[in-house]
Amino acid sequence: MKYFRTKIKGLMALPAAILLSTSCFAATPSTADINTTGLAITDDTVTVGILHSLTGTMAISETGAQEAEKLAISQINEMGGILGRKIEIVQEDGASDWPTFAEKSRKLLVRDKVAAVFGAWTSASRKAVLPVFEKENGLLYYPTFYEGLEQSKNVIYTGQEATQQILDGLNWVAKEKKAKTFYLIGSDYIWPRTSMKIARKHIENVLGGKVVGEEYKPLGDTQFGSVINKIRLKKPDVIYAAVVGGSNVAWFKQLKAAGITAKKQTLLTISVTEDEVLGIGGENLEGFYSIMKYFQSQDNENNKAFVKAFKEMWGEDSVIGDVTQAAYLGPWLWKAAVEKAGSFDVDKVVKASEEGEIELKTAPEGYVKLHPNHHLWSVARVGEWKKDGQATVVYESGLIEPNPFPEGYQ
Amino acid sequence: MNFVYEKLMGGKQGLLGFVLLAALILVIMPMFFDIFRLNLIGKYLTYAFAAVSLVLLWGYGGILSLGQGVFFGLGGYGMAMFLKLEASSPENTKIQSTPGIPDFMDWNQITELPWFWVPFESFTLTIIAILTLPALFAYIIGKAMFTRRVGGVYFAIITQVIAVILTILIVGQQGFTGGINGITDLRTLNGWDITSDSAKYFFYFLNAGLLLTVIVISRFILTSKFGSLLLAMRDKEDRVRFSGYDVAHFKIFIFSFAAMISAIGGAMFTLQVGFMSPSFVGIVPSIEMVIFAAVGGRISLIGAVYGTLMINAGKTAFSESFPELWLFLMGGLFISVVMFFPNGLAGLWNDYAPRVFPFLKEKAKTKDVPPVVTDETGKGTV
Repeated sequence: MKYFRTKIKGLMALPAAILLSTSCFAATPSTADINTTGLAITDDTVTVGILHSLTGTMAISETGAQEAEKLAISQINEMGGILGRKIEIVQEDGASDWPTFAEKSRKLLVRDKVAAVFGAWTSASRKAVLPVFEKENGLLYYPTFYEGLEQSKNVIYTGQEATQQILDGLNWVAKEKKAKTFYLIGSDYIWPRTSMKIARKHIENVLGGKVVGEEYKPLGDTQFGSVINKIRLKKPDVIYAAVVGGSNVAWFKQLKAAGITAKKQTLLTISVTEDEVLGIGGENLEGFYSIMKYFQSQDNENNKAFVKAFKEMWGEDSVIGDVTQAAYLGPWLWKAAVEKAGSFDVDKVVKASEEGEIELKTAPEGYVKLHPNHHLWSVARVGEWKKDGQATVVYESGLIEPNPFPEGYQ
Repeated sequence: MNFVYEKLMGGKQGLLGFVLLAALILVIMPMFFDIFRLNLIGKYLTYAFAAVSLVLLWGYGGILSLGQGVFFGLGGYGMAMFLKLEASSPENTKIQSTPGIPDFMDWNQITELPWFWVPFESFTLTIIAILTLPALFAYIIGKAMFTRRVGGVYFAIITQVIAVILTILIVGQQGFTGGINGITDLRTLNGWDITSDSAKYFFYFLNAGLLLTVIVISRFILTSKFGSLLLAMRDKEDRVRFSGYDVAHFKIFIFSFAAMISAIGGAMFTLQVGFMSPSFVGIVPSIEMVIFAAVGGRISLIGAVYGTLMINAGKTAFSESFPELWLFLMGGLFISVVMFFPNGLAGLWNDYAPRVFPFLKEKAKTKDVPPVVTDETGKGTV
């Protein structure tokens, strides 16, 4: 059916194309020129994939990301598409299940021949699809802040890698709060562990501080009583947290119940965005800090327009977290790279991306630029949470160079 | 000849079912599907190993294991460890602080290969480990449970707990196991690119062949005296015990055998999908495997394969066509199968096959179709 429809559209475009060329307008480049590898591109459409979890435990986090990607794509279409072609979407559900991600990504690349895929959220899902993208030579725009230690030719990472998020936040808390002792707590998987490893090295070697405790809880765990007791005993200057997903609700509620609030205790987290606060409740978090590259409350023209458009499309109550914004950048970065390359061919788009000149002046987070190592230059921001679930930005770094394989932090 | 016919195929109706299945997965599917779809079907067929093992264990033995994913996972991990070690040659991993060990170990500050990984450098030892370790693990669990006469719901709960414990262990010990990401990025088997199309074809047929072999062996077990005992134990365990049989040992045997079958499925899964993760070890996949067997008809080895294929094909088709609604459609599928075909797909076959193929009906009446096993409703064949 879909195939049929695109065929019809292609036919209908024919007279229009003839009309254009005869009236001496700059005609859109011919499909044969911009697509030499058999991607799903017609004379007036190009197909992309969106692959996020719509069901399962990750759906709550990934919904925002896919909404942002759809918003960006519809905006690009309104502006006339890319190289004269409107973007069509094939959406697949990763179902919070890593093998399903692998299956669906293979389907998108082999069956649908999509020109690019916007998707994946957790590191595990990215690791599952990575061999597929490398084997089939696909192009993935991955939106989540993550642990680094990876750089694939076939992936553009639009979130921040670990050092971009961690170092400046620690510097800030050491300077502003005179913090010397840190208690590290995270969920037990690769991202928190790698992040804590980097944090510990930075605290001990650069800041001259001390880590008084380091603890990991299983994903989805809701029992933080023993950790909270240890924290009371050690009295750290800062609790440095990377607890993810649903555990966050229990973690912050139990902290509050134990009387550990922002009045007495500084807490800095690298895993809480506006999306999570919606579940945790702003009142349980008031006065604590998050380090991100984007907050919904950021006061600039790009962001105001973005927030307005997002709410128009997805409802007045929707909130926008760090990853949602990073996901929004994906289609725009792809558009810029395709236009620079003058082709949809993955190799050419990657090459154009690697030249280090792809930049977005209209990004909601501010100016972003793509580094030859496939990551974005980004700014670290510290936000202080308020009761209403929004954050006030209290610190902004300069643009930080992405460094997925940091020396001295391994 | 008679031995093959009666014991391995299970009489005329069984033979017909077997031949149809073999034709479907060995001839028809490869003819009509491209390699992408065929690889997916290959993946489904690996689950069928676990479903077949549950037919033996649950349908015939009356032992409901809600932890079959544990054995599937152990088999899969065994294969994944071998492939990962091959992928982590010093040349491939020279950017690591310790080259030559898997990347996730390096991220977790492990500087030498843990002792239990060392045997997996050898392909032969890996195969032996896949065939024996899960069975041994099942033997230990079985020994501990069945000799103490733990059965029924209690056994189901314990197997489920084991699935949870193993998942937590794998996720928690990520330096040794790859944690929640699992063991990923597996590319070659003894230098042969397992992601190539020719490898995918090869593994598909290997997998299909192994599955058919497993069905034949299982049928042999069920048509033997042991099979009758198994059934007797399911229906009246005490009578079997009072007749002087050591019930526990039979149960331990069938549990270990079922574990071995599942592990083969897991190893084939890793080869075809290219990674292994703790999401196959936990409760959800284990229960899904029970559903495959139930939809197939619980007491039919071949039905279990169709059940697995149907559920997974439904999953893929629904989720591709209706990414936002597909779980409801799956729910509907389960409910309608249970409501309209309480004996699963095999029940349908038994009801309608004699009508479609009249020669089955006549012959079935005439002579001794050997142990036609009946369940509570009086229907069903081996």
